[in-house]
Amino acid sequence: MAVQTAAKKERAPFDYDRYLRPKKLPHIWCPGCGHGIVLKSLIRAIDASGLTKDQICMVSGIGCSSRTPGYVDFNTLHTLHGRSFAYATGVKLAKPELKVIVISGDGDALAIGGNHFIHTCRRNIDMTILVYSNFIYGMTGGQYSPTTPQGAIATTSRFGNIEPVFDCCDLAKAAGATFVARGTSYHCQDLEKTILEAIRHKGTSVVEIIDQCPTYYGRLNKLRSATEMMEKFEKNGTVSVKQVDKLPPEKVEGKLLRGILHRVERPEYCEEYDKLIQDAKGK
Amino acid sequence: MAEPAKKPANIVINESLCKGCSICVDFCPTNVLAMNGSVVAVKNLEACTKCQLCDLRCPDFAIQVF
Repeated sequence: MAVQTAAKKERAPFDYDRYLRPKKLPHIWCPGCGHGIVLKSLIRAIDASGLTKDQICMVSGIGCSSRTPGYVDFNTLHTLHGRSFAYATGVKLAKPELKVIVISGDGDALAIGGNHFIHTCRRNIDMTILVYSNFIYGMTGGQYSPTTPQGAIATTSRFGNIEPVFDCCDLAKAAGATFVARGTSYHCQDLEKTILEAIRHKGTSVVEIIDQCPTYYGRLNKLRSATEMMEKFEKNGTVSVKQVDKLPPEKVEGKLLRGILHRVERPEYCEEYDKLIQDAKGK
Repeated sequence: MAEPAKKPANIVINESLCKGCSICVDFCPTNVLAMNGSVVAVKNLEACTKCQLCDLRCPDFAIQVF
């Protein structure tokens, strides 16, 4: 859309069209779905990182979140359910100069692709993994996922979910990821900065993003709108790691931490592989 | 003393992309926007402070403020 700016000094609107495939819009996500907000934060982070469109390879599995690569004008791969990490590992090893970004949902990364996810973290291969966590399998009709809170209603847990939840960030940290962070679609400017740090990190970086599924999770759990979900889970359900020490314990209890939770340096897989090749050639 | 005249904000809404989720309406700090049927519309342009929160939180690339 043509936009004429009258005042040049004022903050110009961000031109998302440069990174999108505009003919693919409007996207398939439901009204109020947080995935669009996360996609915009991701695009702004990529713009700030200075990477060109050809330097990025975006890989996804199956699910609502995994439709993201269809709308962006990078090198994109839409692969098998939960197997995006295996594809991404192959892409990175074949072309280490590419910045590989994996887009995954909570079901895709933590249930079906759980095994691939932990071993990608263990190898510390240089890629950025974004896990869109909306507490439910949205695309297939609202089945409960590993992040569905206990007691919550899903189409496969009509009387309440009894299973304890997976903490994506703890799992990634324990599995060996060298950068672990959490963001929300409500705090979209913080999320942009967090994703930028994740992209700049050398090694496996995992960002769990809490967003909302008003169509299935909201409707089944008597949350009337996307706004209500954003206020309950994202604004009031998370607390920034920078503020957590200053707040009284009752304001922190039961809330998820938001921000960069873990960052260490460890040898990266592709570099180690290159060293091995050089050593073998030298013998 | 009268405040210096501010340039009114330009709010561009792409109605073919708006899905009417009302996130922009609910989170606008100065109540500039309102729902007009199934799409968003500007109801009080003078109150706009150009904070761009509606633009940042629109999931559908449907609103721009400058």
